[in-house]
Formats: sequence, C-alpha cells, structure tokens
Amino acid sequence: MSVPDEGRPGPRTSGPVIRRRGITATNDFVVKFANVNGSGSASANELFARSILRMGVPVSPRNIFPSNIQGLPTWYEVRVTEQGHLGRRGGVDLMVSMNPQTWDRDLQEIEPGGYLLYDSTKPIPPARFRPDVHAIGVPLTAIAAGKFADPKERQLLKNIMYVGVLVSLLGIEPEVIAQLLGEQYKGKDKLIKPNLEAFLTGRHYADEHLAGELGLKVERRNNVGDRIFMEGNAAAALGAVYGGATVCAWYPITPSSSVAEAFQKYCSRYRVDKATARNKFAIVQAEDELASIGMVIGAGWNGARAFTATSGPGVSLMAEFIGLAYFAEIPATIVNVQRGGPSTGMPTRTQQSDLLACAYASHGDTKHVLLFPEDPHECFEFTAAALDLAERLQTPIFVMSDLDIGMNHRLCAPLAWDDSRRYDRGKLMNATDLDAGKDFGRYLDVDGDGIPFRTLPGAHATRGAYFTRGTTKDGHARYSEAGTDYLYNMERLLRKFDTAKRLVPQPIVRRTSHKTTHGVIYFGSTSPSMSEALGALEQSGVHLDRLRVRAFPFPDSVKAFIEQHEQVFVVEQNRDAQLRSMLVNELQVDPSRLVPILHYDGTPITARFIVQAVRDRMPGTSVRPLQGGRAA
Amino acid sequence: MTYLAKPKLHHPTLPANRLGYTRRDYEGKISTLCAGCGHDSISAAIIQACWELAIEPHRVAKLSGIGCSSKTPDYFLGNSHGFNSVHGRMPSVLTGANLANRDLLYLGVSGDGDSASIGLGQFAHLIRRGVNMTYVCENNGVYGLTKGQFSATADQGSKSKRGAVNRDAPIDMVSLALQLGVTYVARGFSGDKEQLVPLIKGALNHRGAALLDVISPCVAFNNHAGSTKSYDYIRAHNDAVNRLDFMPKHDPITAAYAPGEVIEITQHDGSRLRLRKLADGYDPGDRLAAISHITAHQARGEVVTGLLFVDPSADDLHDHLNTVGTPLNRLAEADLCPGAGVLEAINAELT
Repeated sequence: MSVPDEGRPGPRTSGPVIRRRGITATNDFVVKFANVNGSGSASANELFARSILRMGVPVSPRNIFPSNIQGLPTWYEVRVTEQGHLGRRGGVDLMVSMNPQTWDRDLQEIEPGGYLLYDSTKPIPPARFRPDVHAIGVPLTAIAAGKFADPKERQLLKNIMYVGVLVSLLGIEPEVIAQLLGEQYKGKDKLIKPNLEAFLTGRHYADEHLAGELGLKVERRNNVGDRIFMEGNAAAALGAVYGGATVCAWYPITPSSSVAEAFQKYCSRYRVDKATARNKFAIVQAEDELASIGMVIGAGWNGARAFTATSGPGVSLMAEFIGLAYFAEIPATIVNVQRGGPSTGMPTRTQQSDLLACAYASHGDTKHVLLFPEDPHECFEFTAAALDLAERLQTPIFVMSDLDIGMNHRLCAPLAWDDSRRYDRGKLMNATDLDAGKDFGRYLDVDGDGIPFRTLPGAHATRGAYFTRGTTKDGHARYSEAGTDYLYNMERLLRKFDTAKRLVPQPIVRRTSHKTTHGVIYFGSTSPSMSEALGALEQSGVHLDRLRVRAFPFPDSVKAFIEQHEQVFVVEQNRDAQLRSMLVNELQVDPSRLVPILHYDGTPITARFIVQAVRDRMPGTSVRPLQGGRAA
Repeated sequence: MTYLAKPKLHHPTLPANRLGYTRRDYEGKISTLCAGCGHDSISAAIIQACWELAIEPHRVAKLSGIGCSSKTPDYFLGNSHGFNSVHGRMPSVLTGANLANRDLLYLGVSGDGDSASIGLGQFAHLIRRGVNMTYVCENNGVYGLTKGQFSATADQGSKSKRGAVNRDAPIDMVSLALQLGVTYVARGFSGDKEQLVPLIKGALNHRGAALLDVISPCVAFNNHAGSTKSYDYIRAHNDAVNRLDFMPKHDPITAAYAPGEVIEITQHDGSRLRLRKLADGYDPGDRLAAISHITAHQARGEVVTGLLFVDPSADDLHDHLNTVGTPLNRLAEADLCPGAGVLEAINAELT
C-alpha cells in the first residue's frame, strides 16, 4: 500500500474538492460500512464480502453491532487481504457512510488519503469533510426514490445499490454478484429481479460518473483454495451434531444464541428419522441458564450427550451446578462464546475474559477442562472432542470460543470427519459387566488414572444402582463425613485432572529459524493477528518462538516452552492477564519470565497492536510498528 | 443421610409381587429423619405403591433437591439410581434425565422450601413443559433442616414454634400447578396412607406432569398448636373430594358401586382411576372448577385432598419435541453422525 501525495482533481460530486491523490492498493485494504441497524444492510454487506471471496481474494469481515434491534449504529468491516491476514487490521481505507448519526466519528477513522463513499442526495456542508479524505458522493436516496415505489423496498435496495457502486469502483466482476444473488434467492425468483436491478443501477451510475475515483482495486487471484467461509457458532453446532449430542438446553444470550439455532437447523436436516419423521434430538429453550445446565447435567447423568451454549453472565449463573458436575462427576459440555465483561459488560463486543471464571468455576476447590479454538474449524473439532472428553473424564468441558470467532464469517480449513471414528463413551459398566460379577464402586480409582466407572440408570435390575450426590461420599457413593473419604475423592479428582493433560488438544509450537531467547504464548481468536504480527516482526529482525495453547490443564510441553526462554510474552484479550495467572498458578514458573500483552477494549486484537506492544517491551530492538498501530 | 444399609434378612413369608419381589426389594437405607416425620410415611407409601404395581425397581430414576424431603430418595428404592442435586434445581435435572431416556419412570421428590421458594421457577417450567414424571412435594410449611424457618407455603396467620406469626400470603402448589397446565394433580396427607398410595399409583401411571402435594407434618418444628400443617390441624380440616381406587390395565373390576357414586377415568396406558365421590358435584376433569373449589375451601381454613384434576389424554414433553421412540441415550454413531460425505457437501456450500 502506498500513499503518494501528488495533487489531483477532486470528485465531481457535491462534496468538497480534494486536491490530493488517495491511497492506492490492490487486494489489500479495509472497507467499513456504517449503517443503521434494522435497515437491511447486513445481507448487502455480506454480499459484498462474498463477491471478493469469489474472486479468489481472501476477506475477513467483522460485524460491529449494538445490543439493539433497530435504529442504532452498526458497522461491518471487511478486510480484503490477498496475503490472507484474517485478523482485524485497524484503520479504514474506504468508509461507506450510510449513517448520519455516526458521520463525524466514522470520518475520523479513515486513514489519511482514504476514501469516503456517501449518500449525496442532501447537501452536506464542506466543513463536515476532511481535506485528506477523498469524498465520493452518490445520490443513492434520490436514485432509489425514482426507481422503486415501495418505501421499504427502496431502503433495502439502496443497500444493494451501493454494492453496485463499489463493484464498479473496485473492479469486482459483476457476474459474481449475479451468481451470488441467484444463490441467495434460489427458489424466490421474484426477489432476484429487483435486487439485480438495484445492483445494476448503482453500478451504471458509478461507471458513468465515478470512473477512476478510487485508488483501491480488487483483482482476481487464486488465494482462497479449498477454505470455507463460516461462523464459529455454526461450526460449533455442527461439531455437536457430529459429536453425537442429542440434548441441547440453552437460554438466549448474545453472542451464543446462534449456536443453539444452528444446532436446530442442522438437526432438522440431518437428525430426523426418515421412516417416522421423528427427531433424534431434543432442544429445550430453558427458563434461564441454571435450568439449561441442570438439564445438560441430568441428560449427561442419564447417558445422553448433552451441551449448552452460553456467554459470561450465563456461566456465572451456572457456577453452582458446574461444581456439582465436577464433584459428582457428570459429563457436560459448555460452549462459552465469550463477550466483554464484567457484569452485562459489552454484550456485543469480544474478549477472552472468562478464563478464570470457567477454569475454577464454583465454590470449593474445583478445576475444569477448557478448550481454546482459534477459528470455526477448531470450533467444530473441539466441540465434537468436548463431547468425548466429557464422557471420558466425567466432568464439565468448556469450549472457550468468543464473539470474534463465533459471530463472524471466517475463512478456515474445510471441516473433516473420519467415518471410522467412534464416540468415546468413557468408563461405562453395563449389564453384561455387572452380570459377569465385576465389582462396581462408583468413585473407585480402579485404573490409577483417577477416572472411576459409572453405570447408567436402568442398567441392571439388582446391581450397579447408586445414589448421586453433591455431598461427600466414599468410593462406593455412600454418604460419608469422614475426612479420609473426602481426601480420597479430592485427590483422585486431581489425578483425573492430570490425566486430562494427555487427552486434551496439545499446544502448537512453532520455532523461528533464528536463535532467540524470547517466546510468545497466545490462544484462541488472537491467532490470525499473531501470525501476521510475527511475520512483520521477523521482517524487522525480531524473532520469537511461539506456542498456541489449545487447552487447560496445560500439558507439560507448555512449562518446558516457558523454561526454554528468558522471556515469554503472554498475549491475551482481557485486562487481568488471566492466562498468565493460570500459567503461574498451575506450572510454578517464575512470574517475571511472563510478560503480559493485553488488549481488551472490546475490539478484536490487531497485528499492529501486538507489534507495537512487543516493540515497547523490547527496547533494544529496532522494530517499526505497522502503520497506524493503536493501543487499547 | 445415613450410610447404614438395612440388613437383608426378612421374614420368609413376606409376600412377593408379580415379579417375585417383596416390599424389602423396594426399600432403601435406614432413614435418618426424626421419629414421626411425615416424610418417612410418604417413603413407605412410595414403596407400597411401587411394590403393588410390580414396577421393576431399576426402571425408576429418583431425583431430589436439597432439604429433609430431598434426602428421602436414599430411604426407598435402593435398586434405583438416585440423584440428590442442588437446592431448588431438581426439575431441570429431571427434565434432562427424562430427555435422555424416555423409557424410565421419573420420580421427583422435593419439599416446600425446595419447590416453592428457591425452586419456584424451575417447578413452574417443569409443569408447563409437561415433563412425564411424578413430582412429590413433601409439604410441611417450614425449613426443617435449618431448624424451623417459615417456608413459602406457610399459611398467613400460622404460628411458628417460637410464636412468630407468618404475615406473607402462602403459595398453594396445587392451584399454581393447575394454572401452569399440570395434567394430574392430587393432594394427600402423610398420615393417610390409604388415600396416598392410590394417588401415587395413579401419578406413576400418568403420562405427563403429575404433582402430588402431600401435607407432611414436621414433628420437630411445625406440629404445635397454631400451626396449620400439624397432624392435629390436618386431621381436623382434611376435606377429601374423592377416594381413588387405582386399577392397573388388566385387573378385573371387583367392587360394585351404585350408579352415580363413582367416576371412572381410563388413562393413556390403559390403567383405570375409579373415584368414589365424596364432595357433591366435584368434577376432576374441570380445571377451573378445581381451582375455584380449592381456593374457596382454603379461605375457610380447610385442606382439600384427593385427586383434584386429571387429563387422561395429556401429552408430554417428548410429544412436544417429536422425539423418536428409542431413548436418545441409546442412539449411536449410525443414527447421530451424518458422516464425512455430508460434511463435504456442507463444506461445498460454505464458499
């Protein structure tokens, strides 16, 4: 990307004349749409993002939305990235400004030399523009009014019109849009015609009046490959389908609701018995999160694979039940799509701030297994894995997604399933085992791995029944207030947690080809920005070994990695360095080795931020920050 | 709770049911509740009902919350799996268990503290969802295990053991359940086993949500003068609307009744509920009339007991969710996993 400063004529529209050439870039820029929510902009904006993807150029779109249904500002940011940098970049090269409420702040966000596309139907005073931003006006409202009679249709189609304008300005192949509209409205042919008409209207206007106005271009490439474009929540839901979940109990909460909704959608497609038209699944929208986790625990106790999806406030409510499932040893899978906390916090913004709340949820001494997916592909993998782990370990398993992964379309490796894979139902004693005279003690550690055998209700007429309780008990599930029985179980639970280290997804370590004393640990949605940042750091001579944590408890290789480096940056999206606290707490490592890098303003972490933060903490190096870096 | 098992020895002539089980096969551990506690009588009634119905003990799953009443599942049906969950949250655990395996009989045991205060929300939603289960609320008007605080079912004006008067309006579990769409609801008294056992049997054979509100005096904290949940008070104010005789599907009718004296209701599973009328014109098929009757009598300090409402053709949560007949916990990969081929097609759509 380059920003030459030669003058050139301004636009021929009603905005100010700007004598400055704008940014020029091909397949590497950020477009942001500023809209009013409830105005139907979402599908137009998604159409735009997909059209670029269809031209073989990776995109990374993000919804920045309010906790509201209609009338408040909402944004959609599309990073066009030939190199495949899928993290948020920061800064905007082209602002599509369709919301007068946010005009001023939207304008401020544009990079010097960037562009503003706006509706010029009503004149806007020159003072409202920026001299270093190239304004491109299109009288969208006026054109739509002359073209479409129905006011509601007019509003919706105005959105498609600006897509038409962008297609012309950016050089996107129009056939791609026609094809996408055809797919989107398949079976609803009546809708294709007005949409196509609106699109062509916008495009023709731009062809005629705005040729050469924009220095940003899209050119066809072949950089997408076989990757899929999917939201993490849908992927988690599909993971639950493939992983054999039959019971889903949930309570609506942003940003997790679409997990249960997608589970419903996929089950309707793949889990309905053909002969009887009856469902091989049960989904209950519970009265609150306490009830949803209660149902999951009841179903897990009774041998069905069950899960819930929630976010931070829901986890807080579930805490008592999570302690019960830990202590009574009942399988449960919890998909936590994290959002900004504490309290109601920032319900529509992203964070990784529930680590401590989940790892040690509930009163008394508890520890829980957490999985950290980096993208939709891992949301699928880890949700399916969680259902296995929950039954193998007989304990709650958290899939720690977040809003950035869960509610945005993300390019990722295609989903894969091995048909020879069998569900791991864990240590279950059935009627045959009991008839064969196998000794059953519900909480006995017969194998030394801390995991006892269990029976399911109804297993046998006279053997194997036991009483499940949250109170202290002995190895045979009999109520006991004896300290020795309590210690037996509490220490066995620790052994079981140790066993979990070997069963959870192992960390991914990548070592730089240079000798280095520095490393970086990160997890989850930080992944794409971290890859981009490390690439930039390498180029400026800073070499860091990296480790991506994929689960808690931490496998031994995490401790080894820390000990191999003098300093390890721990990059996370929360205020209190929660992962770092857990590393210090669980691994007995010297805290001074672990240097926190924290981003928690609710926006997804950027490579620019990481590069700047590393530079600030390594004064001896001469790292140049990526342009426009912004600290949280 | 106890960890003392009862001795297995029993009298050789103890009668066996159709399955060859004696009452002892339906017992549990020795109760640790106070001598004379109403809850122990309810446990005995549950044992009696299950033995007489010849239910295979392992086909019952018994679930409870926290409190004296919630301890009792350890004292009956020792060959059944039990689950003593968290305070006020048994309904959700039971719902989940029921979703997992529709073939078992679900018996929820709770008290007035567990159900009417901390658990009122979950109780309400369990009933309105029509979960197929029998819910026994062992109702004594006090928190026994924490030594005698009023519960939300304590009547206005009733006196605590220490002489405090309850000023808050009571929650009537039966009326509440009726409003929430319960399809089998009865009230009994722990001191009247003859009335209680058939009510339990009818509930266990009902498809849908069945509630038994059983007044069960707390001998330690709520059995004094001035209490409206004491043995003496209930005996004096028990106003039964009917007497139930429960007949399993294939049992022949032996008793003869004069016409107009009984109402006979056939339940979904073919079992019959024969109700000998005690109150003139009381119709257990009329939900609104039931609420009105109960409310009117409650205002006079009377405790209406008997089978108060039943909808014999009710459906349950599994009907609402249209689930398959096979219990969900028995489905395996072939039923549950769409497979690699389908996943490839899904991938192809996601571009």
